[in-house]
Amino acid sequence: MTSLAAQMPGLGDHRGLRGTYRLFAAGNNADISAHVQAFGPLPASGIEGDFIDVLESAGLTGRGGAAFASWRKIAAAGAAARSRAIMATKPVVIANGAEGEPLSFKDKTLLAHAPHVVIDGLLCAARAVAGGQMFMYVSAPSIPAVKRALAERTDARNIKIVAASETFISGEASAVVNSIANGKALPLERRRRLSDSGFKGRPTLVFNVETLAHMALIARFGAAWFRCVGTERDPGTRLLSISGPISGQILEVAGDVSLEDVLTQSGIDVSTVGALLVGGYHGRWVRRLDYRLAPTGTESHTVRPGAGVVHVLLHSQCGLEATAQIVSYLATQSAKQCGPCMFGLPAMARVMNAIAYGDRDPRLLLELVRLSDVVTGRGACHHPDGTAELVRSALDQFSEDVDAHLSGTCLKTKGRRS
Amino acid sequence: MREVLHIDWTRCDGRGLCTELLPTLLGRDDWGYPLAMQAAGGDPSNVVIDFQHSEAAADAVKLCPKMALALAYEADQADETW
Repeated sequence: MTSLAAQMPGLGDHRGLRGTYRLFAAGNNADISAHVQAFGPLPASGIEGDFIDVLESAGLTGRGGAAFASWRKIAAAGAAARSRAIMATKPVVIANGAEGEPLSFKDKTLLAHAPHVVIDGLLCAARAVAGGQMFMYVSAPSIPAVKRALAERTDARNIKIVAASETFISGEASAVVNSIANGKALPLERRRRLSDSGFKGRPTLVFNVETLAHMALIARFGAAWFRCVGTERDPGTRLLSISGPISGQILEVAGDVSLEDVLTQSGIDVSTVGALLVGGYHGRWVRRLDYRLAPTGTESHTVRPGAGVVHVLLHSQCGLEATAQIVSYLATQSAKQCGPCMFGLPAMARVMNAIAYGDRDPRLLLELVRLSDVVTGRGACHHPDGTAELVRSALDQFSEDVDAHLSGTCLKTKGRRS
Repeated sequence: MREVLHIDWTRCDGRGLCTELLPTLLGRDDWGYPLAMQAAGGDPSNVVIDFQHSEAAADAVKLCPKMALALAYEADQADETW
């Protein structure tokens, strides 16, 4: 976060928002006056139902992981609210800043330095659906900055702060709703979309805080401005949490950026990189750096940004060991509500660790593939699916390492094994 | 629209009654939970029920001790996530 102040553009002129430097343009720890000076005030009108059309032409997608089209969510919640026979079913809008993903810190950074952009976005989303209650569901470290920001404004009195629990799945959309309604951050069995029936049965919108921040800027500067960065299939910018050998840093990059560009912008020596974990613990390992970071596109050329995580694994580090550590963690993070996840993830972790740490049984590989298939799609949330995806990508990208391990050596940590 | 047997994994306890009523559609996994035996690519939480299994599936819904099953018509599933 040292780079923010250095990159600050000229204040008071939103044309300073050219390029990919957008969300943090009001500088470090921006208070309401710095915020208004950088971005101008939130338009008092023009953000009603037709904001959905603006969002559609902007092409904004969710930045929390699933990359769902934001306009579609809003339209669905609006339609659900209108279809209710009884009055007073105003949609509920929730800003999700739980960020349970251990490798992600862009949401905390955004809430710390640009809370007003997120609050503006929340107000925009609520206005677009004629919403009622608003919540900011954020992790404990973010609460002071959010509280301070809310106290600085008069238009945010209906926004309630709720503390998110520090678990991996606390940010899953139904867990967010469950946490706010019942104090339990566990995913819910869902037969209906949250946009139809969520918080207390009301149409409910859960948006990642970065998604809302983009909305706030789209409301001011329009769809064409949003699209002047990025590409047709992935317009606008996104925040990335970069981690690995270097200390963590946040980048705001253009949509559809190449992984090589991400590394160069992060000041990472490309020649030292063995592999990248993209998307987070539910993401995918990739070794080729000419892949592009976009939510859609062929698997052979694109990798989904997920929650915006890029984690660097050096040539000297073993990808199987790294994956085993992650899968072990993910197994502990099962909500233990669904049997296949509660039992399947620990089983996967055991086999993954056996392969990573010296067991030479040749049947382990097939067993891990089998377990990954068994757990997939069999839970109330996507925790087992995401874990299986990670394991599959590790077995694919580190296949030579698997061969080496099963014959008693490691390509990376030579000498540690006999 | 095809009929599907929806499994609520948060309720399912792996008692196995459904796998006995629908032995050609549901097997059991390593821990006893129902495992759809259909071809890969299907949704293992929404098992497609053809006409000849419709009655047995309805029985499974009624008799499941954890009330973890429901019959539904294949519609668009909730696709939001985190």
